[in-house]
Amino acid sequence: MENKLHISVSPHIHSKRSTQKIMLDVLIALLPATIAGVVIFGITSLAVVAVCVGVAVLSEFLFNVIVKKQQTISDLSAIVTGLLLALNLPANVPLWQAAVGSLFAIIIVKCIFGGIGRNVVNPAITARVFMLVAFSSMTKAAFPLDSTAGATPLALLAEDKNAVSLQDLLLGNVGGAIGETCAVALLIGGIYLLVKKVITWHIPVAFIATTFIFTLAVHEFDFMLALSLVLSGGLILGAFFMATDYVTSPTTPLGKLIFGIGAGLITVLIREWGIYPEGVSFAILIMNILNPYIDSLTARKMFGGAKK
Amino acid sequence: MASKLRGIKLKSRKTTEGMHSVKMPAPKTVTIPMSMHIGKPVTPIVKVGSEVKVGTLIAEDTNNLSSPVYSSVSGKVTKLTDVTISNGNVVQMVVIESDGEMTIDENIKKPEINSKEDLVTAIKNSGMVGLGGAGFPTYAKFTSDKPVETLIINGAECEPYITSDTATMVEKSDDIKTAIETIVKYFNIKEVVLGIEKGSDEAQKKMEEVASAIQGMKVKVLPPIYPQGGEKVLIYHTTGKVVPTGSLPIDVGCVVINCSTMAGIGNFIKTGMPLVERCITVDGASVKEPKIIVAPIGTQLKDVFEFCGGFNEEPFSVLYGGPMMGVAVPDLTAPVLKQTNAILALTEKETAVPKETNCIRCGACVTNCPFGITPPAITKAYKNKDAEAAIKAGAELCMLCGCCSYNCPANRPLVQTNKLAKELVREFKMKEANK
Repeated sequence: MENKLHISVSPHIHSKRSTQKIMLDVLIALLPATIAGVVIFGITSLAVVAVCVGVAVLSEFLFNVIVKKQQTISDLSAIVTGLLLALNLPANVPLWQAAVGSLFAIIIVKCIFGGIGRNVVNPAITARVFMLVAFSSMTKAAFPLDSTAGATPLALLAEDKNAVSLQDLLLGNVGGAIGETCAVALLIGGIYLLVKKVITWHIPVAFIATTFIFTLAVHEFDFMLALSLVLSGGLILGAFFMATDYVTSPTTPLGKLIFGIGAGLITVLIREWGIYPEGVSFAILIMNILNPYIDSLTARKMFGGAKK
Repeated sequence: MASKLRGIKLKSRKTTEGMHSVKMPAPKTVTIPMSMHIGKPVTPIVKVGSEVKVGTLIAEDTNNLSSPVYSSVSGKVTKLTDVTISNGNVVQMVVIESDGEMTIDENIKKPEINSKEDLVTAIKNSGMVGLGGAGFPTYAKFTSDKPVETLIINGAECEPYITSDTATMVEKSDDIKTAIETIVKYFNIKEVVLGIEKGSDEAQKKMEEVASAIQGMKVKVLPPIYPQGGEKVLIYHTTGKVVPTGSLPIDVGCVVINCSTMAGIGNFIKTGMPLVERCITVDGASVKEPKIIVAPIGTQLKDVFEFCGGFNEEPFSVLYGGPMMGVAVPDLTAPVLKQTNAILALTEKETAVPKETNCIRCGACVTNCPFGITPPAITKAYKNKDAEAAIKAGAELCMLCGCCSYNCPANRPLVQTNKLAKELVREFKMKEANK
C-alpha cells in the first residue's frame, strides 16, 4: 500500500511568519541607527558593533554545543541582542569590555534561562546595566568626531536648557551611546517595525508620551526643554527597540500601555532625582521584572463568560 | 451587539469558485464506514452477498448520537471489514461492488410529515449529520425541550479552497427553502437567519430570494473573516447571543444548521431519498482539474482524483475538509464520508511543514484567538496534566479553529496540544462524574 502522504494535525497552512523573519525585520529597522552611529562616532563604533555581534553569536553557538542543545543561532536573535548592546555602548568603550558585556547578555541572561523566549529580562538592557556598574568607562560618553562638547545632552541640558540645539538632537550630533543619538534614524526604524507589524504602537507611544508629560510637569511646562530631554539619551532607542521585546513585555494592548507608562515614570524619576543621568535602561529592567504581574492582571477576557 | 469577534484574513484559494457541480459516475466499488457521525458506530444489517440499491438501508441508528447509513450505489455487498480510521479508532466498513446501474431502491418514498415528531423522525431517517464537517446527527439538535427561537443557517464558508456549500446554495436553493419552511412550520420558529460571507454574490442572491418568500427570514452578509462559520462565532455575529462555555446553542434558543444539511433535509422531505451523495470541492495545487463534484458516499479518494484528471505532481498531503481544520488522510483508499465537504491534495509548497522553536511570547496566538484564549496557558496545564488549570485556561471553549497555530512564528503545535488538553478535560470530567 502506498503510504507516502504526510500526516499532521490541522492547520495545514501557515502564515509564514517566523521568529527568524521577525528578528530580520528588527535588524533591518536597526540599520539606519547603526549607520548613523558609525557616521557620527567614526569607525571605532563599527568595531564595537562587530565585537558585540560576533561574541553574541559565538557564545550562543558554543553554549548550545557544550550543553548539547539544538543550535539556535539561525533564529538571528543573538545578532539582535549583540547589535542592541553595541548601540547602547559608547564608541570609545574598550573592546574587551564590550566582549564581556555581550557574553554576559547571551550566557547569563539568555542561555542559562533556556535560550530565546525564556529570559526574564531583556539581555541587552541587563548587560548594559551590568557594564554600567562594573566598568567606569561606561559613565564617560563618547562624542561626535567633529564635536567640541564635553558632556552628554542630558548633562548639558541640566546646566543650561539652551545648551543643545534641537537639530543636533534629531540628527544625533551629540554625545552618547553609538545608536541612541540620532532620533531621525531611530524613528525611521521604529516606523518600519510598526508598518511590518512586528511591534504595536502601545509601548513606544505610552513610554515616550509619559516621559514627555512627566518631564514637562517637572520643568514648569517648558515645552522646548521637555522636547529636548525626550530626544536625549536612550529613550527613543529604548522605547522602540528594547521595551517592545516580546519576551519581556506584556501581550495585551492594555498591558503594553501600563508597561510603557510605568517605564516612562521610572525614567523621569531616575533622570531627575537619581544618581545616574539616564534612567531608560533601569526603567525597562524594572518593568521587565514586573511584566508577569502586568500580564496576568491584563489578560484578555474569554468569550462565553469563563468565570473570573 | 458588542464588537465583533476577532478573526484572521486568509487567502481564499477558491479555484473552483463560481463553478457548477458535476456528477461523478458510479465508481466500481464504494467503501462505506459505519461511523460518519460523532456518536457510537452503527452495525451493518447487510451481509456479504446482500443485494442493495441506491438508498437501501445498510445500518440502523442506535440512538447514541448516531445516524443510519444507506447504500450509495446499486450492487452487491462483497466485504465487511475493519479499518483503522484517522482518529485511531477501528471502524467497520461495508464494501459494495457497484453494478453501474445506480438503480434506486423501490421503497424510497416521500415521508409523511404531519407533526413535529414526524419531522424529527424524517430528519433522523434522512441520515443527515452536520455536513460542514462536524458530523453531529442533525435530528439531535431538535430533540431538546427548550424552544427554538432562532434557526440559523450556516452559509459562511470561511475555510480556504472550499466552495461546496456555496455551490449548494446556488443549485439547491429550492431544497433549502423546503427544509426551512417545514422546520419553521412544525417548530413554530419566528426568526430565521442565514449567515453568508460577503463575496458569494450568486448564492447570496438565491438565498435572498428564499428569504423574501419566508416570513421572519433574513440573510445576514458577514465579512469574509476566518472562522466566520464557527458555530459560536456565527451565533454571535447573526444574533448577538453568547453561548456560554459548556452550553449548547439551544440553551440560548438557537439551532445552527449548515446550508448543505438543509438542502439534504429538503431533498428528503420532497423525495424520501436519504443522504447517499455529497457535493465536494476537489482542489489543491496537486489536482490537475479542480472541480466541484457530486460523489456517492464511500467513493475512494483515488477514484475522486482520477475523475478530476489525476495529479500534476504527487501530493504532499491529502485532506478531508479545509486546510485550517481538515483531517489528513493516510492513503487514497480512504472513502468520501457524509461530512466530507472538500478533498484537497496539497503540494509541499502549499502546506506548512513547521519547525518548532521556543515560544517568543509575541502574543500572536492570544491576539488572533476569536475567543480570547491564551493557548500557551493550555499547553502549560496540559504538560502538568492539570485538568482544572486547562479548564480555567479555556480548553473547553477552544473550537480548534487554528488561528493560533497559523500565526505562531515559533510554529508551536498549539492546536495539537489544545486537542490533547480537551481530551484530558473530558477524561477528568468523566472521572469526576463517576465519583
